[in-house]
Amino acid sequence: MAEVNIPEDLKYTKSHEWIKIEGDIITIGITDFAQQELSDIVYVEFQLDADDEISQGDPFCTIEAVKTAEDINSPADGKIVSVNSDLPDDPSVINKDPYGKGWLAKIEVADQSFQQNLISAQEYLKITEQSSH
Amino acid sequence: MLKRTAFYDDHLKHGAKIVEFAGYELPIQYSQGIVTETKTVRSSAGLFDVSHMGEIEIKGPQSLSFTNYLVTNNIENLQENQVLYTVMCLEQGGIIDDLLVYRRPQGYLLVVNGANQDKDWHWVEQQSKKWDVQVTNLSDQTAQIAIQGPKSEKILNKVVDQPLPDLNYYFSKDATINHQPVLISRTGYTGEDGFEIYLDNRHASGLWDQVLAAGEEFNITPAGLGARDILRLEMGYCLYGNDITEQTTPIEAGLKWVVKMKKDDFMGKESLQQQIDEGVQKKLVSLVVSGKQIPRHGYSIISDQQKIGEVTSGGWSPSLAKCIALGYVKKGHHKSGTEVEIEVRNRTIPAQIVKGPFYKQGSHL
Repeated sequence: MAEVNIPEDLKYTKSHEWIKIEGDIITIGITDFAQQELSDIVYVEFQLDADDEISQGDPFCTIEAVKTAEDINSPADGKIVSVNSDLPDDPSVINKDPYGKGWLAKIEVADQSFQQNLISAQEYLKITEQSSH
Repeated sequence: MLKRTAFYDDHLKHGAKIVEFAGYELPIQYSQGIVTETKTVRSSAGLFDVSHMGEIEIKGPQSLSFTNYLVTNNIENLQENQVLYTVMCLEQGGIIDDLLVYRRPQGYLLVVNGANQDKDWHWVEQQSKKWDVQVTNLSDQTAQIAIQGPKSEKILNKVVDQPLPDLNYYFSKDATINHQPVLISRTGYTGEDGFEIYLDNRHASGLWDQVLAAGEEFNITPAGLGARDILRLEMGYCLYGNDITEQTTPIEAGLKWVVKMKKDDFMGKESLQQQIDEGVQKKLVSLVVSGKQIPRHGYSIISDQQKIGEVTSGGWSPSLAKCIALGYVKKGHHKSGTEVEIEVRNRTIPAQIVKGPFYKQGSHL
């Protein structure tokens, strides 16, 4: 397995999403580890769009890789601000640039309580080490 | 306890992701990924570890009639070293396994699916008791690699001690690599020209890197189970456990061409004859999906809001840049051109039944 990039300035979920917090607006994507595990992403489907309400744990997007399909769930209650509409045309950017052009959605969160479920880069690194071969 | 093949350390060295398959720890892909591996096999060559396959040797005075009783295809007219694709069936006609039969200088070699090697061995051993034959299970001592792709002949000839200029499709030959005995056949599971090489585990060390080095000038890639699955699916080849099982017959699976009703009695003959006479209730079909949702094993096939069948294998085809699937549908819905729907995550997506294979430009001879 290639080396895994885990930027220090992001927060993470145990289900392999990264979260960038800018006040009430958070940006979500999948981690470098997750894109390597999925590999060969061929399709991204958004179930929700801008202005849709979303609850913590609800899926807003499905990432279809050659091997398997994964639902991506919202880490917080809130409202979708925007989804990355470039992805359906070229989903491989998630493989190439998971923390940049491969972002999935921006959500305006209802409050900050979701942060208690997030983990730091160091804690996330431990999870990836436990789940890789 | 999972088994490891003789090439396990080679896989790790090449960045393999290891998964459990058929009781073995095998690579599903290497660092480049399934899509790149698939495309490279179609354009150049790929190297596969298929040591999980099972090998059963049948020798003795009745080896011909016994083997011909086990399988549905007719091995009677096989020339020495010729290879034949067939299935073997239960008495009720369900498929025990699909396999290759090699006619060897003495007797026959059955090459069976890894996931079935124990089941098949018990079956063959049990059946053999009424015949004057000796059966031997060589699976655990035998390593197998496959070199597949349009460049595979050039690569093979750099690896073997003596070139093999006249090895025809579905023929085999005893040869040597590094002065050690190997059995080589011009066979494969990809639709490309290619070779499968059998050897004793004791002689496997170094071979993986030797083939990759020989193929470097042709851009060979190590290729895992993921690429193998897509390549065979693009050709419409059945995968045992998905598309064919003990609950399906060769007639239903579109494998009637390997069932020879004119030969003497064989296991399953009566049931299969009955099914041919009465007609089948379901048929295996090839499906092309509109859209990019990948149909996967177990998804429902729908027509007029009614479930008419199930997907047995599905995937994204890099060669066609489309999603494709195999699945069983009720008789009457099986004609190519029929429009159906596949249920993907609580929605239905349109699909069309087509005539296989999906990929028609394979280099195999």
